Amino acid sequence: MEGFQTLLTEYNVLAALLMTIKLTILSALGALVIGTLVAVFRVSPIGVLRVFGAGYVNLVRNTPLTLITFFAFFGVSITLSVNLADPTSPTSIADNTFRFGVIALSIYHAAFVAESLRSGVNTVPPGQAEAARAIGLNFTQTLSQVVLPQAFRGAIAPLGNTLIALTKNTTVVATIGVAELALTMKNMVEFNSSLLFSIFALIAGCFVLLTLPTGILFTWLSRKLAVQR
Amino acid sequence: MKLPTKKLSTRIFAGFALLSLSLTAACGGGDTAAPGGGDEAGGEVTIGIKFDQPGLGQQIGADYKGFDVDVANYVAKDLGYSSVNFKESPSAQRETLLQSGQVKMIFATYSITDDRKQKVSFAGPYFVAGQDLLVKADNTDITGPDSLAGKKLCSVTGSTSAKKIQDEFAKDVQLQPFDTYSKCVEALNSGSVDAVTTDNIILAGFAAQEQYKGKLKVVGKTFSTENYGVGIKKGDTALCEKINTSLKKMVEDGSWKKALEANAGTFEYDQSANPPEPAACS
Repeated sequence: MEGFQTLLTEYNVLAALLMTIKLTILSALGALVIGTLVAVFRVSPIGVLRVFGAGYVNLVRNTPLTLITFFAFFGVSITLSVNLADPTSPTSIADNTFRFGVIALSIYHAAFVAESLRSGVNTVPPGQAEAARAIGLNFTQTLSQVVLPQAFRGAIAPLGNTLIALTKNTTVVATIGVAELALTMKNMVEFNSSLLFSIFALIAGCFVLLTLPTGILFTWLSRKLAVQR
Repeated sequence: MKLPTKKLSTRIFAGFALLSLSLTAACGGGDTAAPGGGDEAGGEVTIGIKFDQPGLGQQIGADYKGFDVDVANYVAKDLGYSSVNFKESPSAQRETLLQSGQVKMIFATYSITDDRKQKVSFAGPYFVAGQDLLVKADNTDITGPDSLAGKKLCSVTGSTSAKKIQDEFAKDVQLQPFDTYSKCVEALNSGSVDAVTTDNIILAGFAAQEQYKGKLKVVGKTFSTENYGVGIKKGDTALCEKINTSLKKMVEDGSWKKALEANAGTFEYDQSANPPEPAACS
């Protein structure tokens, strides 16, 4: 117990936890937007968009997140000197790494969101889309008003899985120096290596605190929102 | 319907059992081949070093080069071991590797601190380093820790140097933490940070690398003292005494100086503190 006290007083665990939450929420939103777009591409009647959608999913899904993060930051920011924060501001480094972290996480998880949504689209019976076309709705209207709302409700469970995976994957952006839980853990291990097990329990506890309620919420949502057929 | 299901689950279980068995066998094989915990002199000894620090401990092909490696080889030979088996010991794993007996000694820029002494014992120190700054060769406005206001600094996550900067200069300095020093040096070379900070001997090793030769320089104004010790299992006083005797011998016969000069190039180490007198074993 004493170990936890030492850790909590010496390190700003709360700030790290908040950073992890911020990364998770912003990346989830980003991934949802990109992922929905990619999913729409994948089911669209235009061949070239379908190819693009499939290409994106296969390319990104099969690339390690570490590599995407590393490329986003070292390739784009350090080598090409593209900054997402004002380089003269007093917090430019923290802002810059955080934004690149969010971008890398969004790009990566968008592939999984797209696949979840596509599985959701497949739960909508073809008759729904046919009926929508029969009453004169065009493709965009069919998708946005008939198919996607049902698809989202059918995809709640896999989307929840993706969100939980995203929460845990935020640890990867520690490699570019975003001050979240994994980075704090590294500091703890270095300076308080005698408390190794307390450190492990504390960080694991923080993640359980985030992921367990997410899991319960999404299970409940998927039951509540399931389309009755 | 019930029987086939049972059969399938039994099969799966058997499969997992077999898998875990072969895994443990594979690990066990590795351990018996590397008797790091053996006390008898002669034979092979397993020593932990860093694999990624030029000038100190670096793996080049199947070979290991650096000051830590040379000291480790000297000590191992002096203790009567016929061959040395090097194992990578990243900062976070050093205590565990020693406690579990996977390595006998650790020579890996291992600063002696009170927190670490709770879990392991130290022989030495064999080098006294100090935190310094690495800047571009044409930089003139960074002359030491006092001229860092408004600068961007890079160091490794969970290092003493990063913590010192955060504790003492945090209000004026922005810190970029990366997981390896090579990323920091690359960021410095491309100009996205103004300086890299860690122990001077590590910085010197990077500055002496082929691709950075002439482009980077060590400022040469240290602002901390790091005693590099040899990590050993806690309470092994006998081994500690033996290592200290070897280290003294290494300094006396000139091999210490030779090893340092061969690995750190033109690096000017702190002559007043080096070579250090090994501390008493406890």
